[in-house]
Formats: sequence, structure tokens, C-alpha cells
Amino acid sequence: MTTASVSNVLLALLLAPLLSGVINRVKAVFAGRTGQPLLQPYHDLAKLLRKGAVYSRTTSWVFRLGPVAGLAAAAACLTILPIGGVPAPLAFPGDLLLLAYLMGLMRFVTITAALDTGSAFEGMGASREAWYSMLAEPALILGLAALAVHTRSVSLSGMLDGLARGELAGPGGPLLVLVAGAFAIVLLAENARIPVDDPTTHLELTMIHEVMVLDHGGVDFGFIQYAAGLKLWVFSGLLTGVLLPPLTGWWPLDCAVGIALILAVAAAVGVVESVMARLKLARVPQLLVAASVLSVLALALVLR
Amino acid sequence: MPAALDILSILLILANLCLLGSSRLATCIRAVALQAVILGAAALIANRGELDARVIVIAVASTLIKAGALPWLLRRAIRESGAVREVEPFIGFTASLLWGVGLLGACLLIGARLSPHAAQGSGLLLTVALFTTATGLMVIVSRRKAVTQVLGYLAMENGIYAFGMAFAIQEPLLVEMGVLLDVFVAVFVMGIAINNISREFDHIDTDRLTALKD
Repeated sequence: MTTASVSNVLLALLLAPLLSGVINRVKAVFAGRTGQPLLQPYHDLAKLLRKGAVYSRTTSWVFRLGPVAGLAAAAACLTILPIGGVPAPLAFPGDLLLLAYLMGLMRFVTITAALDTGSAFEGMGASREAWYSMLAEPALILGLAALAVHTRSVSLSGMLDGLARGELAGPGGPLLVLVAGAFAIVLLAENARIPVDDPTTHLELTMIHEVMVLDHGGVDFGFIQYAAGLKLWVFSGLLTGVLLPPLTGWWPLDCAVGIALILAVAAAVGVVESVMARLKLARVPQLLVAASVLSVLALALVLR
Repeated sequence: MPAALDILSILLILANLCLLGSSRLATCIRAVALQAVILGAAALIANRGELDARVIVIAVASTLIKAGALPWLLRRAIRESGAVREVEPFIGFTASLLWGVGLLGACLLIGARLSPHAAQGSGLLLTVALFTTATGLMVIVSRRKAVTQVLGYLAMENGIYAFGMAFAIQEPLLVEMGVLLDVFVAVFVMGIAINNISREFDHIDTDRLTALKD
């Protein structure tokens, strides 16, 4: 565990809320608005953390567990995610499965918390979240498997390190592009972004993620927002790690490039949200299956 | 440059999956035209050793016919017959995509057995040739409209072309010209037939052709 790996985790904890600020800013620029300040998510978090939480009498400890366990799972992901070619602090063989299932755990506690409120509306959102994530998971795991076979490593750090510099233009290029395409779709789906879910709608029958957290307030909602930021950070880090492996050998520069790329992914998400409309609910599974197909194709190419 | 052939092969796979997963006829036609362009580029790369005027003329001519003339004929047939611009599959789009993956797996297995005999590149082109042919068959049997079946036929023809290319000799290009002529006539006849069928029957759904119009 080096200074570099620990500083990566701390920077992630510090900068994660900035991602949604960047997305909102890009959307505002596209719409010709001034938009909210870049640091607005931090102000929102500070405000939410100062408030108390209100709990409905129908809820139990499951409801209170949701935000806390979700945030813990998202933060735990940071400790196994390498950024800028610096190995993660807790890297070990097989940690790619841990990453996938920490995300699964986070989703599970959010879904159970939503079901625990007893609201039909939240149950509907929970059902959709479960259905879509079930389709997104094969894309993520098969994509990771393809990378693992390609680099002969089953640890995220070893895997992203094994992607040699300039690989994108070399023989592994098509594989990386396929996996990155799959991961990009998974990123949009898992973080409730536009082609799949609209993060700005709170009162529509088509929403997914926002409807599940309607009953959370105050500190709990702050935790959920922060965990969502961390989740976006993890997926962006994974995507940039696949697309652009480290350029130099000097870690402060590589980390800075890695983090700049993560912010660039957030900006790209903002662009996607500005230029695309939401898909019809019935078309979303097709998009997610297409992501899985890309991953399967990548896996078939490396196993060939 | 085997890497370039591999990239083209992967693009070809993606075009196939697009053909299977798309719900709009215009997109399907574009996918098949894209396949023809990819194959034209692949033919030039595969034969770059002996790149004489004959090879270039044959490759460019077949690309122009398959990516220009045939899609134009199909679009015209759709417009004239007033067909609905949706694909209307027997097997849903998501299910078709999954079938496509299954077919790709089977083709990879077969391709791995055959590839030692393939002269070109890493043998991926051979797999893709099989996959393109299989996709064409799949489109023919799983879609309702006559136009889509012509598209499937075209995709199969693209697959045969790629198959000939995988074994990298110039003679298949000549054979290919013969096959292409057949396809051209077939599409031409189909274009006219679709028009006549739609005039007689109100629709071009092949599963409802048994019912006669009054």
C-alpha cells in the first residue's frame, strides 16, 4: 500500500460529488443556460448532512440500513479500483468479482429499502431496477472476463496495468473498443443516466432510480447522493482504465491524467444526456442485451 | 496487415448484429450496404500483394452494385409498395440478437476447425463469412416481409463473398461476379414481384399470402 494508492482513494472520496456538478454544467451549456455552480453538489451534501432524518412508522431497520450499507459498499469499491496505472491499495487476485458484487450489494440494499417503505410507487421502481441491473450485470462481468483472459490477470490492478501502452492501436485494439462500448452502456444504465433513466424526473411513471429513494430524507438522502457519486466515479474509472492505460511512468502525472479522464467521462455523460432522448421502457432491455453481446463478442475474440 | 482485416471482420460482425437487432427497414438496408463497403475494402487489403487493375475494378464494381444499386432498388420497392417501415419479425429483436450470439459461437467453433486451411490473416474472416451467411439465413426465416427476405439473401451473398475472400485467391472474385449477377437479377425480379404482390394482395406479409384478395 503506497502513498499513491491511498491518495487515489482519498481524491476519489473528495472529488466524487464533482462529477454530477460537471454533468449538470455540461447540460446547462448545451441548453444555453447559466446553470448551477460547479460545486453545487457539495453545498447540497452539506445541507443534507446538517438536517435530521424523518422515518415513516411502516419502515423497519431495513430502510435505515439502505443508505449506510450502500455508501459503505461504494466506498469499498474505491479500495480495489486502480486509477492512472497505480495499483489499488487492497488489490488481490479475483477482486474484479468483488467489485461487481459490491455494486450488486449496493443495489440490493437500495431495493430492499425501497420495498420496505410499502409504497407501490417505490416497489415499481425497485422492480425495474432489479430487472435492468440483471441485464446489465452479464455485460459487466463478461467484459471483465474478456479483459482478464486478454491480460492473463484476475485482479483489476493487474488487469488494467497489463493493458500495455498504445494497445488501443495494436492487436488488442478491437477487443478494448468492444469492452469499452459495453462498459459505457453499463455505466449509463447503472448510474441511472439518460438513455435508460432520467435523473431529473421525480414524478413520472417512467423513472427508476429516483423513485426508489423518494422516502429518504436528510442525512440518509445525503448518503445516497454521495454513494451515487462514488458509483459513477468507480464506473468512470473502470472505463478510462480500459480505454487509456497510463502514459508515463511517473505516478503523480498518471494519476492526474486518470482523474482528468474520469471528469472527461462525466462531461461525455453530460453530452449524451443533452443530445439523446430517453429510450422507451420496452427498448431499454434491448440496449442492455446489446451491451452484453458486445462483451460476449470481446470474450469470443480473446478465447478464439 | 492482418490487424486491419481483423478490424474489418469485427465491423462486419457488428453490422450483422445491427441487421438482427434493428427494428427499422432503413437501418437494415444501411447495415447490408455497410457490409458491402467493408467487404470491398477487405478485398483490396486481402489482395494488396497483386493489386492490379482487374482486382480493383472487380472489387469497386461489386461494392458499387451492392452498396449503391441494390439498396436503391430496395428502397424504391419499399416506397412503391407502401410497406410499413418496420421489420415485423417472427422472433423478437432481443431474441434475434441472442440467437445471433449463439450463431456466432457456432461459427467460431466451425471457423476454428477450418482456419488452418484459410490463407488470409488470422482466420477470423472465415468465421465472419460463416456468421454473415448464417445471419442472412436467420433473417430470411425469422422475418415476415418479402423485403426483409431479400435483405437476408443479400447478407448471405455478402457472406459467400467473404468466404471466397478468406481463401484469398482471385478466381473467387470471378465466381463472385457470377453470383452477384444472380443476386442482382433476383433483387430486380423481387422488386417487381413485391410491387405486383402488393397490388394484388394489399400487403407483402409472406405468412398471409395464402389468403386471396376478393
